[in-house]
Amino acid sequence: MKKKQKSVSYAKWGYIFIAPFFITFFIFSCIPLVDTIRNSFYEYYNSGLKVIGPNWVGFQNYLALAASDLPKYMWNTFVMWILGFVPQIVVALVLAAWFTDERMRIHGRQFFKVVIYLPNLIMASAFAMLFFTLFSNGGPVNSILVNAGIVSEPIRFFETTFGTRAIVALMNFMMWFGNTTIMLMAAIAGINPSLFEAAQLDGCTHSQMFFKITLPLIKPILSYTMITSLIGGLQMFDVPQILTNGQGGPNRTTMTLIMLLNSHLKSKNYGMAGALSVYLFIISGILCFFVYRMMMDDGSKPKKAKKGAKA
Amino acid sequence: MNKKPTPIREIVAHIVLIILSFLCLFFFYILIINSSRTHVELMKGFAALPGGNLMINLKNVLNDATIPIVNGIINSLIVSTSVAAIVTYFSALTAYGLYAYRFRLNKAAFTFIMAILVMPTQVTALGFLRLITGMGMNDSLWPLIIPSIASPSVFYFMHSYMQSSLSLSLIEASRIDGSGEFGTFNKIVLPIMRPAIAVQAIFTFVGSWNNYFVPALVISTKTKQTLPILIATLRGADFMTQDMGKVYMMIAVAIVPIIVIYLLLSKYIVDGVALGGVKE
Repeated sequence: MKKKQKSVSYAKWGYIFIAPFFITFFIFSCIPLVDTIRNSFYEYYNSGLKVIGPNWVGFQNYLALAASDLPKYMWNTFVMWILGFVPQIVVALVLAAWFTDERMRIHGRQFFKVVIYLPNLIMASAFAMLFFTLFSNGGPVNSILVNAGIVSEPIRFFETTFGTRAIVALMNFMMWFGNTTIMLMAAIAGINPSLFEAAQLDGCTHSQMFFKITLPLIKPILSYTMITSLIGGLQMFDVPQILTNGQGGPNRTTMTLIMLLNSHLKSKNYGMAGALSVYLFIISGILCFFVYRMMMDDGSKPKKAKKGAKA
Repeated sequence: MNKKPTPIREIVAHIVLIILSFLCLFFFYILIINSSRTHVELMKGFAALPGGNLMINLKNVLNDATIPIVNGIINSLIVSTSVAAIVTYFSALTAYGLYAYRFRLNKAAFTFIMAILVMPTQVTALGFLRLITGMGMNDSLWPLIIPSIASPSVFYFMHSYMQSSLSLSLIEASRIDGSGEFGTFNKIVLPIMRPAIAVQAIFTFVGSWNNYFVPALVISTKTKQTLPILIATLRGADFMTQDMGKVYMMIAVAIVPIIVIYLLLSKYIVDGVALGGVKE
């Protein structure tokens, strides 16, 4: 990986150069992590103006969370993630295959790439605010649907579980399918073209080539995309928070894990926030391990950073 | 040998691409149209053409005392610019430290950063809030800027870039010429890293500009808030009583600058995604 170099006398510079990173990480991540874990074992919250605790309660916070909130909000998060991820990966695969197919003449290739990536850069909170106004009962979407005669009266998107979840999923899809397309394009472009040429000589159809060559060869990138998207999905917050004004409505069916963490932090329930953080830490730790394995895996395929395929 | 592609497939591809592009652009189109219309016009229903109220809405937004958007823009600019500068400089510095020097903990340090590459920052938010409160840094912009010195994903991007584009013999040569280690980094390495720095600066700027979770927890004073927090306050209980023209205009103020930057730099950004991707 690194070239051999005899510079023993320079070793201290290595430490000096990496010191800011590690000092910052230690202060702003390690200390908070330890403090978070410590808090998770205490009963420590605000009740009105009174502060309860901190009293040592062992694993009580963990048990309380696992009994009710955790499975429920994990399920919400998962449902909204999968509703967005499935179309995201399917559309991205198809688009990437088209964009990289040299025999296909797609006009305005660059224009399409630019446009489909655009939503990824939009401020998620403003995007959510926009969707809230657009899909509200008297908003433009309903006004268009009613005027076109598709529905007789406005659809109350935010009063149904499916409506709200679907809008969250739609936004996640829009924000991430362009990103995934571009990453998969890079992966497909890395496949040896002679494989396609040989397949073509043997009379393979487009779909045969896609399923028998492209798909198996980009499997590592696909699993990478899925894991990083899962990590992103786990962090889902901005969009449902703003769409539902932090309530996770209707009836807390769109409340995500981070929204729950946010509400515990806002109300200064340190015990519960701590226990929830530790659960999240464990889940993301497992996912991080997979990413680590994939990145350090010294395979033949180019392993560039393919980060951020979120939700 | 060069079989003509089936035109049906091309037609389908174009139709799908046009539909997806329409989906991506339509909502922004409505946003722009609606931010130019008055509240009364908006209440009457959707219109495909812009109204004449653009400047009045903009003026109303800029003069709104309850949502200090000008402060928000300034705060967001301060934070995002500082983060972009700090992230790229220190990530390059860290990557260079591990790339160019052999020392005992080199491998361990690299392994450690790779292990935390995609760790969400939210898991330590509780301790982070308590820490910065203890340090007296809560309700200020510092906690949004300083921690970005340690950005594993940008580090990894810089490290990969160095492996492909930075020759160690160049560093040797600069040493022979009598350059100090920091001098070599600042005068030789950084200029070589310019393309990587540009890509990551754009992404971290945008990521920081859009960041909502931590700033919303850290900052409580209105005039210190960044744009995403101000946008979120629109969604308060009094949403129904708002002047909708103003609401659309505020969203536009938060979104349009990024769209403009993106369109100007789209070529570099789209190419950069495949290289390193975005990570907020």
